[in-house]
Amino acid sequence: MGEEEGLHQTQLLDTMFVRGLKRKCFDGEEDIEGTLAGFKAIPSYNLQRQSLLDMSLVKLQLCHMLVEPNLCRSVLIANTVRQIQEEMTQDGTWQMINTQSAGQTSLDRLVSTDILCRSSKEQAEGKLVPVYSTFTKDCEGTSQDNSEIMSTVTSPQVPKNLQSNMWEMENPQENRGSFQKSLDQIFETLENKSPNTVEDLFSEVDNSYYDLDTVLTGMMSNTKMGHCDLETFPSQTSTNSNSNCKSDLNELDHIVEILVES
Amino acid sequence: MIPYCKYQQGIHTEIYHPNNIKPISVFSDIISTVEFNHTGELLATGDKGGRVVIFQREQESKNQPHRRGEYNVYSTFQSHEPEFDYLKSLEIEEKINKIRWLPQQNAAYFLLSTNDKTVKLWKVSERDKRPEGYNLKDEDGRLRDPSMITMLRVPVLRPMDLMVEATPRRVFANAHTYHINSISVNSDYETYMSADDLRINLWNFEITNQSFNIVDIKPANMEELTEVITAAEFHPHHCNTFVYSSSKGTIRLCDMRASALCDRHSKFFEEPEDPSNRSFFSEIISSISDVKFSHSGRYIMTRDYLTIKVWDLNMENRPIETYQVHDYLRSKLCSLYENDCIFDKFECVWNGSDSVIMTGSYNNFFRMFDRNTKRDVTLEASRENSKPRAILKPRKVCVGGKRRKDEISVDSLDFSKKILHTAWHPSENIIAVAATNNLYIFQDKVN
Repeated sequence: MGEEEGLHQTQLLDTMFVRGLKRKCFDGEEDIEGTLAGFKAIPSYNLQRQSLLDMSLVKLQLCHMLVEPNLCRSVLIANTVRQIQEEMTQDGTWQMINTQSAGQTSLDRLVSTDILCRSSKEQAEGKLVPVYSTFTKDCEGTSQDNSEIMSTVTSPQVPKNLQSNMWEMENPQENRGSFQKSLDQIFETLENKSPNTVEDLFSEVDNSYYDLDTVLTGMMSNTKMGHCDLETFPSQTSTNSNSNCKSDLNELDHIVEILVES
Repeated sequence: MIPYCKYQQGIHTEIYHPNNIKPISVFSDIISTVEFNHTGELLATGDKGGRVVIFQREQESKNQPHRRGEYNVYSTFQSHEPEFDYLKSLEIEEKINKIRWLPQQNAAYFLLSTNDKTVKLWKVSERDKRPEGYNLKDEDGRLRDPSMITMLRVPVLRPMDLMVEATPRRVFANAHTYHINSISVNSDYETYMSADDLRINLWNFEITNQSFNIVDIKPANMEELTEVITAAEFHPHHCNTFVYSSSKGTIRLCDMRASALCDRHSKFFEEPEDPSNRSFFSEIISSISDVKFSHSGRYIMTRDYLTIKVWDLNMENRPIETYQVHDYLRSKLCSLYENDCIFDKFECVWNGSDSVIMTGSYNNFFRMFDRNTKRDVTLEASRENSKPRAILKPRKVCVGGKRRKDEISVDSLDFSKKILHTAWHPSENIIAVAATNNLYIFQDKVN
């Protein structure tokens, strides 16, 4: 039984990491350890894939604004993102994550992300590690929001929108605007899509779009999207309140007033 | 082991210019390109600060036989300056991406240097005589009073201290929307091409205000962009043929006689993917960072993140040779993706006879592969481990648990010390290796 599970685990991990990692996990004692590893391996593949997706999205955002971003690098990262999303859509984990209740704390995921990105000690100088460690720290208090953040509800159309605004460096000033818009879209995709929970109503309205920590800790609600671009939003989000951001803000204030007074 | 590198001359951050005694800081910046000229007499380097430094090989001297073939600074000049694109509010880096020499046709030397946006043709010439005895001005250059001139004389040329001057002869600008990654001089010596992420342009050396676009892979809808051009080169003998590589690991060979816009390739080189090695990083590591024709013109060599492949132009479906550069990194791809090392663009070079190929790696290691004997060696370019005229010791990276005394473990590798740029003398066993801001020159020991 350990061997069968080992085989399944192999197939999972091979698609993402290479033989080296597989051997580390599964060579040696196979029986009880193998079974335990098996139990851990199946969810951890999804977590690893998720963290790779998040890492890739972060990479696309953190472009040097002074110099034009390296197009080859951006294309490769965007292709990776698309690949992950396609696979997630295919094996149904997309829906699975959507419907996942808040029961599973995301802290586990954050921890595994940290381990994943620091597979070897010398990688500690990688520049994204500080980002993730901040991530872990900030998220410790707000587990509810985090579970919703980590379930990145991105439709397959999002990478296209990412790209359309990322690549177009040709036209003058509107490119800067569109780059900012694409950032907004990225943040949009990272945050919660159904702001019906009470927590969201009371969450801080924070306008620091480019504060990565703030975004990833879900302190933004999606009613704050000041610069919306109707045409480039994927259809999935068009039903949201983004079409009328300002009125939503007023609505939010109104609701808060009512609740506070009562 | 290949007993190639037996002599080492390190050219570090200071060098003595032949015309002065004071040391000048040559490499205060990271070296971004290295290139020998066609005879190997000159070696040009470009750096991140937009400067070009040219080294010249010393003439052989019977008085000092051990100094045969040392390279000394010949000329230094600022090729590119940082610019600001006001339209896009973006800086244009002055970093020299590539230098390519033109074949020598007269006493002067010509080279092309390029940054992200602009290609320049530089003329490097010597002046060792100066005219003396002008009539209308004196030796200091001051004008003489015409009424004081009583006789006429013919100015004569008198020897002077050697002066090397570099002058920009052509500036080829405003032709690239994206970042130039390659330039290549055509074998007709009249044209050259410049390639950016999405387009390749053909220039005539004499004409700077227009160029022909010969490849354009920009999609009509940028949302559909999934592939970029990573490198391009002309065939060494056929002036109508060139190749370009892509971020998806493919190489296209194009014939300019077929059509004006070479969007349709004549040959398409791609190796089918190994399904057992498939991962989310497969595409990234298959992206080709450099493509080079062999001197014979019969083969092309491509460098992707983990391997070097040699292709026969007559066989498109797979390479004829594949060499593992640092396969021990395969299990570290996620970490290398996180710290962006996976996007490092390593170059590769042939030796003069196309029998040995060389490329760089991390930890200041570089690798050589002998195509005939199938042997390979790993060497290190560092000050601590090499002394002048010392034989370079082969290095080894240990992947397993037990590390031998001289081996270095994968986890101890320094990924900030990467050798991206190397060059091989066109006919002799002399190599130039750029390790961040240090240039190393190694050569075979003679007798």
